[in-house]
Amino acid sequence: MDSLFAARAQMGLSLAFHIVFAVIGMAMPVMMVIAEALWLRTGDEEYLHLTKRWAKGTAVFFAVGAVSGTVLSFELGLLWPQFMAWAGPIIGMPFSLEGFAFFLEGIFLGIYLYGWDRVGRIAHLIAGLFVAAGGALSGMFVVTANAWMNTPAGFRLVDGQAVDIDPMAAMLNPAAGPQIVHMLLAAYAAVGIAVAGIHARLLRLSPRSLFHRRALTVALLVGLPPCIVQPLSGDWAARVVAATQPAKFAAMEGQFASEAHAPLRLGGVPDAASRTTRFAIEIPGGLSWLAHRDPSARVVGLNDIPERDWPPVALVHLSFQVMVAIGLVLAAVTLWAAWLLARGRLFTSPAFLRTLTLCIPLGFIAVEAGWCVTELGRQPWIIHQVMRTAEAVTPMPGLAMTFALFTAIYIGLAVVVTTVMRRQILQTARPRGHAHS
Amino acid sequence: MPTPEVLLALAIVVSLTTYAVLGGADFGAGVWDLLATGRTAARQRETIARAIAPVWEANHVWLILVVTALFSGFPSAFALIAIHLHIPLTLMLIGIVFRGSAFVFRAYGSTQKTTKGRWGRVFGGASLVTPLLLGTTVGAITEGKIPLGTSSVLESFVLPWVTPFSLAVGVFTLALFAFLAAVYLTVAAGEKDVCDAFRIRAMGAALSVAALATIVFLLAGDAPHVRNGLWHTPWAAPLQLATASSGVAAFSLLWSREYRWARLAAVAQVALIVWGWALAQYPFLVRPHVTITDAAAPRTVLILLLQAMAVGAVVLIPALLYLFHLFAPKATPTRP
Repeated sequence: MDSLFAARAQMGLSLAFHIVFAVIGMAMPVMMVIAEALWLRTGDEEYLHLTKRWAKGTAVFFAVGAVSGTVLSFELGLLWPQFMAWAGPIIGMPFSLEGFAFFLEGIFLGIYLYGWDRVGRIAHLIAGLFVAAGGALSGMFVVTANAWMNTPAGFRLVDGQAVDIDPMAAMLNPAAGPQIVHMLLAAYAAVGIAVAGIHARLLRLSPRSLFHRRALTVALLVGLPPCIVQPLSGDWAARVVAATQPAKFAAMEGQFASEAHAPLRLGGVPDAASRTTRFAIEIPGGLSWLAHRDPSARVVGLNDIPERDWPPVALVHLSFQVMVAIGLVLAAVTLWAAWLLARGRLFTSPAFLRTLTLCIPLGFIAVEAGWCVTELGRQPWIIHQVMRTAEAVTPMPGLAMTFALFTAIYIGLAVVVTTVMRRQILQTARPRGHAHS
Repeated sequence: MPTPEVLLALAIVVSLTTYAVLGGADFGAGVWDLLATGRTAARQRETIARAIAPVWEANHVWLILVVTALFSGFPSAFALIAIHLHIPLTLMLIGIVFRGSAFVFRAYGSTQKTTKGRWGRVFGGASLVTPLLLGTTVGAITEGKIPLGTSSVLESFVLPWVTPFSLAVGVFTLALFAFLAAVYLTVAAGEKDVCDAFRIRAMGAALSVAALATIVFLLAGDAPHVRNGLWHTPWAAPLQLATASSGVAAFSLLWSREYRWARLAAVAQVALIVWGWALAQYPFLVRPHVTITDAAAPRTVLILLLQAMAVGAVVLIPALLYLFHLFAPKATPTRP
């Protein structure tokens, strides 16, 4: 395993691991605050029990998220020092602001988890709001830095050096807006639906449990509405990619030949050697319309881009198809839920509850697939058309060893977290008091 | 008016000092959890868990601030450190991961005593290893064996930090954090016998800090600029005097069981040590080649960073003080 591959693999694995905990850290505080607010408003004690139960699980995810995030901040330097030396001054701002957002989260999480008896009810709720806000802000800022890697802005390139650095302009790069919206929606959807799925299963085991009904209400409130908006946000993001990163867009869509009336491909397997995408269902003119709102518009294909600038086409295309497919499934589930809600059968439809349970991993798979699209799709660039990933890697040898070590650590952590969470969830499955409707 | 790069360097030292005084104490507490012995061992551990739980995540953000300020404001220095000190930094990272995870797994995982014990040992062990590596990294940056340009793998990635001086700074850092934590825990402990247990430990740690400081100073003879910075500059004498005095004060206040004053003296001592080191390093970021001015990012970037830090400080420091106030130990320890 050569050093560049090991570095990429390690960074990729660290990101894939951390994102699970990061989205949980963003969405759970929102759900806990909603539950707590409902308790304050209705006096229904089940909401209070719900908040406290969810808080116990959240503490574990927060801690592992914090340490895995620390790993990433170090790995930026340990694995890609040339990138950091070059780009540090340009995108230092969003990283620093992210640090402040973490402070906000960390401070108020301490108060939220441990200060139940030390602060008043409203103060406790406000602490929870700050945790949720801190989570959203830190997500925003780190995505802004990532977006800059896709659409670099805020500097001029003179003889390979960055001059006239403007960190604010760097933050306001074209991809930032769509990426932020898309990521925030994805986080709330994935976690809300997963939590809903868990409580749906527990509700089927204890059909009269008010606790699980309340849990399902809050989780669906956070998890489903984003699923309706997400296809729109995805469309916005894709159009920006079509305009700014033609190679990534072409790979996403399996588009080799540049053409007008480019078809939208559903599924399909791109073959870089023969420069074709086979077995796809093609909708004529669909891609041109989606990308440029004009079926006769020309879509740039990979054939017009030098092969050394190609991302891994098959992987990017597959990840994209997986993500979009899941997004459409979840949007459909949302519409179904709205229909059931109108008929007052949201908690009593066994088919719906079973489906929710099956949906538990879907949001997370979509998040991972989406990150594969954007990160793999940006290759071979670490800064799009400015610096290649190969130029950024550390000269330190033996990276295969650190990759193996961290892989083992992440697997171990995943096992332990799963064990701990399973125990906590099983505790909620045991009938507590008899809360009958 | 100091230049923006000097101001940012000062801000980094302030963050590092705060990290040492807050996060460092968290590590030290973990060490005492590992080494808890005697009749009050279980209650020592309870005191430690109770003290750390609400604040440890917030405390460790200071390290993130140091790292981000470094790569935003002094990118070439950051790259040099990240390349040549890859090994100690990676090991430190692993320590941080194990420490945070083990702490929370012990608190929220299986309620069986053996499992809790095992996670406790992981937590304690990681808390012991991480300060060693942090100190070694700082020692390596100070000693100046980081090469510029290409050299062999050994010269590039091993020799800069595997030196008597750097490793001694590592052990010194561990002792310092353990000392600090023990002093904090005398205040946090609710019962007199637990207080006394931490008092003895704090006094023992204080003595080892003094001994290790001497060893580090003697080993600095190999790096004459370090010896110079610590001894021969005009402000060195008053600074060393102040540091030593606060150390002596901390010890005597511990002796006479004035724990809150002892805590103040201990914090002062740690802060003075960090500042003494920073002033001895000045104007270098990474000896012997990279100064603050050499590595500085463009002026606009530095000023923006300083502004962001100022706004952040105004918003967050009151919040942090509120957190500490909420979880401050009660005024007098109760009789057992």
